[in-house]
Amino acid sequence: MRKLLKKIFLVDLFQGLWVTFRNQNPKYIYTEQYPAERPKVAERYRGAPRLNINPDNGETLCISCNLCALACPETLIVVTSARSEVTKRKELITFTYDTSRCMFCGLCEDACPVDALELTQDFEMATYTREGQIWDRQMLEEGPKPTQYKC
Amino acid sequence: MPDQTFLDSTELVLNMGPQHPSTHGVLRVILKLDGEKVLGTECIIGYLHRGVEKIAENRTYAQFNPYVDRMDYVAAISNGLGYCLAVEKLLNVEAPPRAQAVRVILTELNRIASHLLWLGTHALDIGAITPVFYCFREREEALKIFEKYCGARLTTHAFRIGGLLYETYDGFEQDIRDFCNMFIPKVDEYEELLTNNRIWVARLKNVGVLNADECKEYGVTGPVLRAAGVKWDLRKAQPYSGYEKYEFEIPTCQNGDTYDRYTVRMEEMRQSIRIMRQAVESIPEGPIMGKVGKVVKPAVGEAYVSIEAPKGELGYYIVSDGSTQPYRCRVRPPSFVNLQALDRMIHGGLIADVVAVIGTLDIVLGEVDR
Repeated sequence: MRKLLKKIFLVDLFQGLWVTFRNQNPKYIYTEQYPAERPKVAERYRGAPRLNINPDNGETLCISCNLCALACPETLIVVTSARSEVTKRKELITFTYDTSRCMFCGLCEDACPVDALELTQDFEMATYTREGQIWDRQMLEEGPKPTQYKC
Repeated sequence: MPDQTFLDSTELVLNMGPQHPSTHGVLRVILKLDGEKVLGTECIIGYLHRGVEKIAENRTYAQFNPYVDRMDYVAAISNGLGYCLAVEKLLNVEAPPRAQAVRVILTELNRIASHLLWLGTHALDIGAITPVFYCFREREEALKIFEKYCGARLTTHAFRIGGLLYETYDGFEQDIRDFCNMFIPKVDEYEELLTNNRIWVARLKNVGVLNADECKEYGVTGPVLRAAGVKWDLRKAQPYSGYEKYEFEIPTCQNGDTYDRYTVRMEEMRQSIRIMRQAVESIPEGPIMGKVGKVVKPAVGEAYVSIEAPKGELGYYIVSDGSTQPYRCRVRPPSFVNLQALDRMIHGGLIADVVAVIGTLDIVLGEVDR
């Protein structure tokens, strides 16, 4: 009898509707207004790669040891270097990083002995061309410059 | 010319997928129909084949680690754990206790995230739209913990061979505790929405029945097996990564229908919370990386390790020829094996049940095709 009454008065459906009604409360709003309001990504976020430069003299920290290129599973890093006549040290000439093939695993970052290559918190890396995905040394040092929108 | 005309034929062949939204990816099912009744099915897989096992043969052991995340991409951490354990077995090292505890916490958190995605999409297939929003809201909290811990939300690459690379961040324990406290009332909320709902019950009860013997014949594992009443969980049967230290139940049901699988998975989420609560209170101090050299170079040999992934038994079989690259890496994916039971489950059912049964198997096509 009780079961029948419950069935007639749609108890089970109202029980569910009560849950959805409770969640209508505006304090549970979860939507992020993305371009106007950017999410705060975590400190360890593995995003766009960056080649760090020494802030004092603007020289690159990279010692062109090629370890990142060897560690990369996709072999998308190409480092070229030449021995300098003056200092007798290896100096970086080009550093190419193909972000279109990158899966942001962070193995290059782990391999770098001088913390020159780093995956940063930047995550807006879209470009209009495929070529734009291949980052050269200048792009890696400056980082991506996404458009800022005001709300 | 055949004597039979179109009007005489009783069997209609219908393609479901590969773009059908409720096949959870790119599964193509050829349905043989008599009206609304399903006479037989045939699964066409391989639309997402990326050759992961072959890729393994051309990568070093450490380099292959991020690729395993891309097989079952909703439970990437479980995949990583299985692979790391297999290589550790090959190297004959063991992760330090602290690393093991953190691994257990993150794997259980991933189990919850995976089951939440399953619940949301499964309910969406059946026709209940609300749970998907609630489930993704809670899943977001779990993904935030992953992001804080290792820097990625989905394809995490959280574990390394021999232990962990990342030390836990400040406030990790508190985040886990907060998640546990927040999550239990939310599971009750989902149950309130679905468990007694008459449409939900009518769509799921006695649909896609697979009894215990059939489960064993097909090699089906995970919640699908436990819903048929078999108390089999690799975390209890052959504990790995310190699971023997934690107390938890193996939830089982009797009928082995779609509703029972739902019940089992809901209960599993509660048990995961229970494990996480115990583990987070007892994370030992100490190193997080075992004695593994910079270059992973195991001796000639082979190793098979299987773990209890959210979807079932996930096994890695690795053969080493003594070089830095695996000679062969074979994966035993739970989704692929569970999918084989699909035909048995929906034979004689209705066409609307196909969607429910595919949903309840909790397949991920990235893992089926590899």
